[in-house]
Amino acid sequence: MTSPAPEELHDVRLRVNGSVHEVRVPARRLLSDALRHDCGLTGTHVGCEHGVCGACTILVDGRPVRSCLMLAVSAVDAEITTVEGLTEPDGSLSPVQQAFSDCHGLQCGFCTPGFLTTITAGLRENPDPSEDEAREMIAGNLCRCTGYQNIVRSVLRAAEIGAEGPASRSTDVDGGGEDR
Amino acid sequence: MKPAPFAYLRPSILEEALAALAGTQGAKVLAGGQSLVPLLSMRLAAPSMLVDINALPDLDHVTSDDDGVRVGALARHADVLASSGAAAAQPLLAMALSHVAHPTIRNRGTTVGSVVHADAAAEMPMVLRLLEGSVDVASVRGRRTVPAAELFAGPLETTLAHDEIAVEAFFPALGPGAGVAFQEIARRHGDYALVGAAAHVETDGDAVTRARVGYVSASDVPVVVDVTDAVTDPAGDPAAAALAELEPAGDIHASAAYRAHLVTVLTPRVLADATDHARRRAGERSSA
Ligand SMILES: Cc1cc2nc3c(=O)[nH]c(=O)nc-3n(C[C@H](O)[C@H](O)[C@H](O)COP(=O)(O)OP(=O)(O)OC[C@H]3O[C@@H](n4cnc5c(N)ncnc54)[C@H](O)[C@@H]3O)c2cc1C
Ligand code: FES
Ligand code: FES
Repeated sequence: MTSPAPEELHDVRLRVNGSVHEVRVPARRLLSDALRHDCGLTGTHVGCEHGVCGACTILVDGRPVRSCLMLAVSAVDAEITTVEGLTEPDGSLSPVQQAFSDCHGLQCGFCTPGFLTTITAGLRENPDPSEDEAREMIAGNLCRCTGYQNIVRSVLRAAEIGAEGPASRSTDVDGGGEDR
Repeated sequence: MKPAPFAYLRPSILEEALAALAGTQGAKVLAGGQSLVPLLSMRLAAPSMLVDINALPDLDHVTSDDDGVRVGALARHADVLASSGAAAAQPLLAMALSHVAHPTIRNRGTTVGSVVHADAAAEMPMVLRLLEGSVDVASVRGRRTVPAAELFAGPLETTLAHDEIAVEAFFPALGPGAGVAFQEIARRHGDYALVGAAAHVETDGDAVTRARVGYVSASDVPVVVDVTDAVTDPAGDPAAAALAELEPAGDIHASAAYRAHLVTVLTPRVLADATDHARRRAGERSSA
């Protein structure tokens, strides 16, 4: 190591859930950390930090991606969706979120943001999955609590809600989504 | 679990990327980051600079013709897997890619990055070798084509110079009368294989004229074994012939003996599947 010069900072414009966040970060800032610390979007969880657990999964241009395996500086051209961005514009739960509530698809909730983003994108690609396909959809995400059965049920339930359309959703739920 | 500091460059022209790599000691290419970022976070790698190639133009192609499939350095595993042209020209690509990690990793990881990362536990370096493909590389000194047989130098090591960028991988098309198959054993679908095997069999009528099998995680480099003699000799044992050239090792996932056992099980299976595949394709051609 030569003389430790002060670390260079980069001005990065992140587009997250439709809003622009101007952040100033060193090149080594992981996108997961930039979202949580620099943008204050702590819905994205960080488990293993090496791509294995899936808790940090976000959507980059609509595709699920591990945010712990991307640098914030390489996300400049991307349209990012985090779990905070999944709620409907009126703040009500999205079909996948509603299904997790209906089917008890979470216990401690640590893994849940990664499942919600992964399943949201998965159902866009395959809106009517079989049970096997539902399992395959979530095979890259780890959950230490539920034993997965209720998460598989949630995938199938979310597909049902999606097919029924917004009118059939329970109306008395607490949206819990951020105002945007 | 945070990377050590490094300088960062995100060039939008190839020449700028090549000049930065040539002019900076310890600079490294960043492609999909699905292997490199974990290594940075665990501080197993500490490059002085990352040259991010994700903004370079014209590198995200997957093009197929009668010769084969050309995959640009920014084509993600998912793009190659989704290409119907690629699947038609060389079916082994999709067979193997569906076993590369999970869809989320495939959305970001590049096939070319996987090839030059040269992990013996990865599917695509072995596939490139089995298919006798090649990689086109660029540097400030110009371009060259490196045949797969000359690409892999050791565990996680290629013959590329530190300032070379692999711009494209070429996977030859499946010839008439040839067949391929892929199988692997993993604890969970999407995990790295305990052992994987792919066969490439060429036939002439009912006779097998050439048979080769490539292995994942059965040595510390991607290995392809020519088992033609063992296949054409009625008393031959292709798995034993293969094991003579493999060095399966034990780790926390599987013992060396279990890996050797998997080689014995998978070798006849993929050879039978690939031979069937070759005959079916020959049948389709003659009835067409
Ligand atoms: C949880 C998890 C599971 C995985 N499972 C599997 C699996 O089952 N099978 C499998 O094969 N892989 C697996 N991978 C690895 C994955 O396939 C990577 O995408 C791939 O190995 C590397 O491609 P990349 O584009 O991400 O390269 P990077 O991580 O960006 O780079 C990897 C290395 O290659 C170099 N490099 C990359 N591109 C170029 C280029 N164009 N020119 C010169 N050098 C270059 C980099 O400098 C670096 O040294 C897994 C990864 C994760 C995180
Ligand atoms: S924190 Fe990113 S995959 Fe575990
Ligand atoms: S609900 Fe606790 S880890 Fe999944």
